[in-house]
Amino acid sequence: MQNAINIYVNGDARTWRSGATVEELLRELDIKTERVAVELNLEILDRAAFAQRQIKDGDRLEIMSFIGGGSFPRGQHGR
Amino acid sequence: MADDRLMIAGREFKSRLWVGTGKYKDFAETKKAIEVSGADVVTVAVRRVNITDRSRENLLDYIDPKKYTILPNTAGCYTVEDAVRYSRLARAAGVSDLVKLEVLGDEKTLFPDTAGLIEAAKILIKEGFIVLPYTNDDPIVAKKLVDIGCPAVMPLAAPIGSGLGIRNPYNLKIIMETVKVPIIVDAGVGTASDAALAMEYGADAVLMNTAIAGAQDPIAMAEAMKYAVHAGRLAYKAGRIPRKLYATASSPIEGML
Repeated sequence: MQNAINIYVNGDARTWRSGATVEELLRELDIKTERVAVELNLEILDRAAFAQRQIKDGDRLEIMSFIGGGSFPRGQHGR
Repeated sequence: MADDRLMIAGREFKSRLWVGTGKYKDFAETKKAIEVSGADVVTVAVRRVNITDRSRENLLDYIDPKKYTILPNTAGCYTVEDAVRYSRLARAAGVSDLVKLEVLGDEKTLFPDTAGLIEAAKILIKEGFIVLPYTNDDPIVAKKLVDIGCPAVMPLAAPIGSGLGIRNPYNLKIIMETVKVPIIVDAGVGTASDAALAMEYGADAVLMNTAIAGAQDPIAMAEAMKYAVHAGRLAYKAGRIPRKLYATASSPIEGML
């Protein structure tokens, strides 16, 4: 891959192409942008910024959404 | 009781039963249980999107945010920083400014860290969040939460998922007398009578997850809870008779042989 960058998405190391925007990353990961929040290096991005914001080498992205939950600690999802 | 609506921060809620969405067998069961319960507020957690397996369905494909009030929670957060971070993520994910704020004290009891809760609530209220705090059955903390701007308080009945029912009814009653905002009893309900009792004491609503999702038949329990909350509310409004030590005859003495 030309101009490859190393990034972290939801804790996992990934190689991505340089110059890609957050919107492109989400699309290529098959994630619908509605009802997700994106945190880039601890900064929560406005949805409007997804199309402009380019990801850079070493970036850490967290892509978050809603899951079933009432009140339970991390990892305790079983019945 | 068509006009007996619950109002919080200018929002109107039809149902006084609020439900969680965790621990169900699958989304179809979640959806059915919520429908049967009649709840119009459902609480959801905020977590990482599963990127490696995109075939996994999304909860909100089943729970229509147009039909329900989606109440994101900060379940799993043990620090002020985490609770604030998750609240901001929830808002960015785009449902509303509502958050059910949890700052947990430890993993064994899941009791709220009330000092952290107040601190996190202050930060979030300043940022425009509508903070519904999951708190202990402590009247002083409840009052502090209201004083800093929480439009409702959510004291626990018992530890989350314990099913122990209301462990301290007297504290709950004192909270109901001391704060002038809606009180939603959150966590610890085990069965229908627990929910009815909370409402009879004067709670404005009850939130539960495990009591329904963990029942042998979650759909049937969802229905039981719907009636329990309704019956408890009606009984509270009707006003119960005082407890007395001795009998009072219901039938007249006149006309007896």
